[in-house]
This record gives sequence, C-alpha cells and structure tokens, in this order.
Amino acid sequence: MDLLNALVVLANFVLIPATSYGAQLALGALGVTLIYGILRFSNFAHGDTMAFGAMVTILFTWLFQGWGISFGPLPTALLALPFGIAGTALLLLGTDRAVYRFYREQKAAPVILVIVSMGVMFIMNGLVRFIIGPDDQQFADGERFIITAREFKTMTGLDEALSIRTSQGITIVTAVIVVAFLFWFLNRTRTGKSMRAYSDNEDLALLSGINPERVVTITWLIVAALATIAGTLYGLDKSFKPFTYFQLLLPIFASAIVGGLGSPVGAIAGGFLIAYSEVMVTYAFRKVLDYLLPWYEPEGLVQLLSTDYKFAVSFSILVIVLLFKPTGLFKGKSV
Amino acid sequence: MSASVRAPLLFAAVAAMFLFTGFTSSWNSALGIFNMGLISAIMALGVNMQWGYAGLFNIGVMGFVALGGLGAVIIGMPPVAEAWAAGGVRILLGLLLALATILGAVFVWKRMKPGRWRGVAITVLLVIGFYAFRAVFDGGVEAVEAVNPAVSGNLGGLGLPVLIGWPVGGLLAAGAAWIVGKTALGLRSDYLAIATLGIAEIIIAVMKNEDWLARGVKNVIGLPRPVPYEVDLQQSTDFLARMQAIGADPVTASSIVVKLLYAALFASVLLLLIWLTQTALKSPWGRMMRAIRDNETAAEAMGKDVTGRHLQVFILGSAICGLAGAMMTTLDGQLTPTGYQPLRFTFLIWVMVIVGGSGNNWGSVLGGFLIWFLWVQVEPMGLMLINLITAGMADGSPLKDHLIESAAHMRLLTMGVVLLLVLRFSPRGLIPER
Repeated sequence: MDLLNALVVLANFVLIPATSYGAQLALGALGVTLIYGILRFSNFAHGDTMAFGAMVTILFTWLFQGWGISFGPLPTALLALPFGIAGTALLLLGTDRAVYRFYREQKAAPVILVIVSMGVMFIMNGLVRFIIGPDDQQFADGERFIITAREFKTMTGLDEALSIRTSQGITIVTAVIVVAFLFWFLNRTRTGKSMRAYSDNEDLALLSGINPERVVTITWLIVAALATIAGTLYGLDKSFKPFTYFQLLLPIFASAIVGGLGSPVGAIAGGFLIAYSEVMVTYAFRKVLDYLLPWYEPEGLVQLLSTDYKFAVSFSILVIVLLFKPTGLFKGKSV
Repeated sequence: MSASVRAPLLFAAVAAMFLFTGFTSSWNSALGIFNMGLISAIMALGVNMQWGYAGLFNIGVMGFVALGGLGAVIIGMPPVAEAWAAGGVRILLGLLLALATILGAVFVWKRMKPGRWRGVAITVLLVIGFYAFRAVFDGGVEAVEAVNPAVSGNLGGLGLPVLIGWPVGGLLAAGAAWIVGKTALGLRSDYLAIATLGIAEIIIAVMKNEDWLARGVKNVIGLPRPVPYEVDLQQSTDFLARMQAIGADPVTASSIVVKLLYAALFASVLLLLIWLTQTALKSPWGRMMRAIRDNETAAEAMGKDVTGRHLQVFILGSAICGLAGAMMTTLDGQLTPTGYQPLRFTFLIWVMVIVGGSGNNWGSVLGGFLIWFLWVQVEPMGLMLINLITAGMADGSPLKDHLIESAAHMRLLTMGVVLLLVLRFSPRGLIPER
C-alpha cells in the first residue's frame, strides 16, 4: 500500500508534469533541429516564433469564444490551432523571403545567420508585445481535469491522489500524433525524403534535381506548425506570457543540442531528458520517502535544488553531454 | 567616403543628437542618456573584444554585467555586523567546503586512472561533499536571513569606497568567465552561445535567490556614491553662491553637476579602455588574435595556442562587461536582480557592436552611444507616431487605446529593424574594421 501511495505521489508530481513538459520541449526542439538541418543555422527567434503562434491561436480562441463556439470538454484553442498555424506560416515565409533568402543566396556563414535571427527575434518579440501585451493571458476553457484528485481517491481508496489535467492529457496525445505524422512524412513521402537528402548532402541533393527553395518553404511550414503547437500547448498547460517563451529558448536549445542538432529522434530524446531532469532535481522528495522509508525522517524537504535553479539543470546536462559526446547523444551534424 | 572622414562625421552626428535633446527637452535628460551611453559603450567594447577580435559568440553578457553590479555592492555597502555574527562564518565555511569538494573531484579526475573506479570515486566524493556543504551552508543562510529581514537579511559588504568596487566587479566577472571558458570554450560557436546564455540565467537566478548575498529580489538600495548627493549640494553655501553667480536654478544645477561628475568618471574609464584596446589591437597580440579569428587552423599551424588565447580574450572581454556593470549599479545606486533582462543587457549590446562595426573599437563606442540613444528615444517618438496615426480615430475606441498603450514596445521592433538593415546593407557596420 505504501509503495502504491509513493508511486502515485511520484506520478502526480513528477512523471505526469515532466512528461507533458518534455513533450512541449520536444516539439520546440524538433523545430530548432529541422531549421538547423535544412537551413543550417541556430534560430534564436524560435522561442518568439512559439510565442507568436500561441498569440495568433489565442486571438482566434477569443474570437470563437466571443461567437459562442466551443469544443465541448476540450479547450477551444484546439479549434483555433489551424488558424494559428496558418498565421505563423505566413509570418515565417514572409521573414524568409524578406530576410533569410538574401543570406542563403550569398551563402553567408552560419554565424551571420544566427545574428540575423537575433534581429528577427527582436522584431517578433516586439510584435507579440505590441499586439497582445507583455502580461499573462488566460485562454484555457473546457473541462479542467480528466481525473480529479477526489475521483481518483474514491476509485482506488488510496491516501494519495493522482490528478490529470486536460491540458496534460492533450499535450501528450497531440505530441504523439504530431511526432508520428512528422516521422511518417520524413521517412515515407517523397518530399520528406528530399528534405532528408538535402539535409544530409546539399550538393548531391541539388545534383539529383531537388528544388532547394521548395525544401526550404516546406521546412518553414513544418516549423510553423511545430512551433505553434508547442507554444499553444505550453500556454494551455502553464500560462501565456511572452517573456516565458523567450526563456524557453535555453531548455529547447539544450534539448536539441543534447540530442544532436539536426537529428529529429535526438530532439525528442533530448526534450524528455531535460524535462525529467529538471523536474526531478527540483522536486521535493520528502513525501515519496515518507512512504518508502517510514523509519527515515529527513530534516528538510529532500530537494536537491530550489525550483528557481531549473536553468542550471538544462545547462549542466548540456555541458556534461557536450564534454563527453561533442555531437550529442544521437549523432548530430555540424556546419 | 574614406574611413578617416566617415568616423568623425558619424561621431559628430551622434553628438548633435545629444545636443539636440539638450536644447529641445532638457540638459538633465540629455546627460542622463549620455551617462548610460558611456556605460553602454564600455559594454560594447567588451563584447567587441570577444566577437570582433576573436570571433567568440558570447550571449551571456547580462550575467557578467550583473556580477559586476554585485561587485560594487559587496565593496560599497556597509557590513551587517549582526549577520556576520549570526552565520557569516558558517556561510563562508560552507562555500569553502563546496570549493574543496570540486577541487577534490578535479584532483581525483586527474590522478586516478580512467575507468569505472574513477567514476565511482568522483560520484561518492561529490555526493558526500554536496550533503556536507548543504549541512553547513543552509544553517548559516537561515541565521543570516533572519537578521532584520525587512532592512538587511544579508551579510552586507565591506564598506569600502564604491570606486574600488568597479575593478572588483570586473574581477568577479573575470572569475566567472574563467570557469565558463574552461568548460565551454572548446565547444563550437553555437554551442558556446547557448552555454553562455545558460550561465547568464544561472547567475541571475543565484542573485535572485541567495538573499544572504545581496538581498535577492528585495533589492539593495542606497549604495554609497563616489560623487556628492544633490541634497548636500543644495545645502552647501559655497555651491549656492556659485550658482547664484551664474544665475542657475540650484535644484536643477545640483542634479546636472552630479551627472557631469559621473560623466567625467565614466568618460575617463572609457578613454583609458579605448587607449588600452587600441594599443592591444595594434600590437602583435592583436594581429595574432585576428589571425586566429580568420583562420584557426593556420594560426595553430604557426604554433599559436588557440584555446589559450580564446580563454584570455574571453576573460578580458567579460571583465570589461563586469566593470561596466559595476559602474551602472553605482550610477543607479541600487541593485535590482529582476531588472536584468537578456534583451536589454545581452542582445542590445550585440546590436551596438554589430551596428557600430565589429572588430573596430571606435565602431563599438559609436554603436554604444547611437543605439542607447535610440533605445531611450524611440519610446517617445513611437508614442508621437502612434498619436499621429490614431489622431483620426474616435476617442475611447478600443483600438486607439490599445495602440497608444502598446507604443512602449516599439523599441524592440525598432532595434530588430535597425539590426537587420545594417546587416543587409552595411554588413561590416557603420565604421568597418580596417
């Protein structure tokens, strides 16, 4: 019984939150890694792209809510998601035409593109703050819980409760669908294969008649979808605040780099690795230990680091992995 | 236009912008912007050393600036005797334990043969060290933070003149840069960038949470000044008599005099740094740095120690950023960890360096002044623009209110546009490297 209680506490406070956070990071890191693979630079504007996508989705959600359209027990934001993706895709394609294409034709050094993406980051950040403001925004509606704490207790008769929020459930389900679809696309379709060929060897791909502009356009479209979905899910799960998205840049890049930049599988593995470590290192294990080792009475909360130091976790994992495996866990590429 | 004409002209244009502000709004605000411009120019010099000389991609500037501010607080604030008695020694002991643990782990790593036992030994050492550190350190922190938390709750500083805090701030930043450089400089450019971004966030997190150090988010206020206070000037008969003689309002004059004194202090630091950096750039050392930047492999083949030189210039550049951070905290008279935002303290400095011309010290200085001026002035200009656009709309319409309210965010947009325009049409900056 104690063992079960301990497991439930662990699942409630560590496993479920970390899984949904990991899914959000993985979706973000997939976008970063795709841009790195195809366009060959680290896109610092990715956090703000996520914020922009989430913002468009929120605006449409409010519109739908105003019209009285709802999605039953599910959040209305899911209905608004396609519109958010479309808006973000327009923005990204526009940025590519106006900004990035010039440097691509010049074959500029990757680090120049990184600095260019810093400029894009400023503009997107300004845009989001200009349109929706720098404050917290609420847009979640529908049923809040899949299982509430009380239901779980009456169902199982345990002392501890497990509650699953709708946003967590949706995050995990959506992430699985999106990732499955992305891998099917990359591995099975002609366009996906041409993208991988372009990423592996640009010259050879050009020789075999692959149109680079088409590959780039499709990449931006996929990145728009991934960023908007990741941003909206994060906003549903936590809350929407433009600055938080900017700060997500660190864990997202850490995930992509730890997994190996340019490797989609690596991005997913990295996302979950970072999320689990972040949550486990900053979780107070006292309650779990109380059940598992009743005779051991720890003095404090048995918390390795306070939650404010979560950045330190992504950073340490990043440095440790890079010191021992310089191209990441799944062999990434380097430009 | 040749570079020898272009640079003075650009500097004259920026000077004219400041003079224009002085004449049209007030000298007080023009001087205020100018003082931060001096500090920004110093920060840009530091980043230029790393990026322009050596091609190191450091986007953790914010962390080094904040550490510099911490240096000013640690030197300038008076010590809190009660807190020292309550747990100061214990905190120091805890930190020493942590240091000993890390040094021990490094020692084991170097001395033991690679293999499973080395891993086990290091893990055991680190775990024991961590718990010992927490056991000693936590009690001390609790005791210190309990001392009069509304006013202090920290250890305070050394109570020395705050000017000593400037080089100390630089040293703190240099120390952090040494640690970062030792671990991360071997990484590729993008990886180094993310690593420095992380370090900066960690430094800010430490400063926000470790209340015993500099009160965390409760902020340190009332930092002693290197220049007289306005109030004291207004009460000094000598000062009043002099102001009467030139017919100036003593309240405005006192604040201008204080700002001028700061400007003199900052300008002397800036001039010294320009002289030093220019000399360094022209010396064999500077040529070697640029050779390494342009072709690492060739430089290495010539027998240059690339990693060593990278570490050196990374530390020097970060130290300059720390120095500027200490100066800024002194100017503000307070340390507010929540005020450190990466867009303002890292990426804006990068805009200054790129717009000014990376690799050119004068370019960075120009970029520092120009971009800082824009950063401050875009907000009122944006508001004017929005007012103009919305003039035709009905009063109280939600769109108009929203636009006017959002005008403050125009500056981020403008900075992005400026950076992109410069990168597109003048990629080597306003004053290119020779």
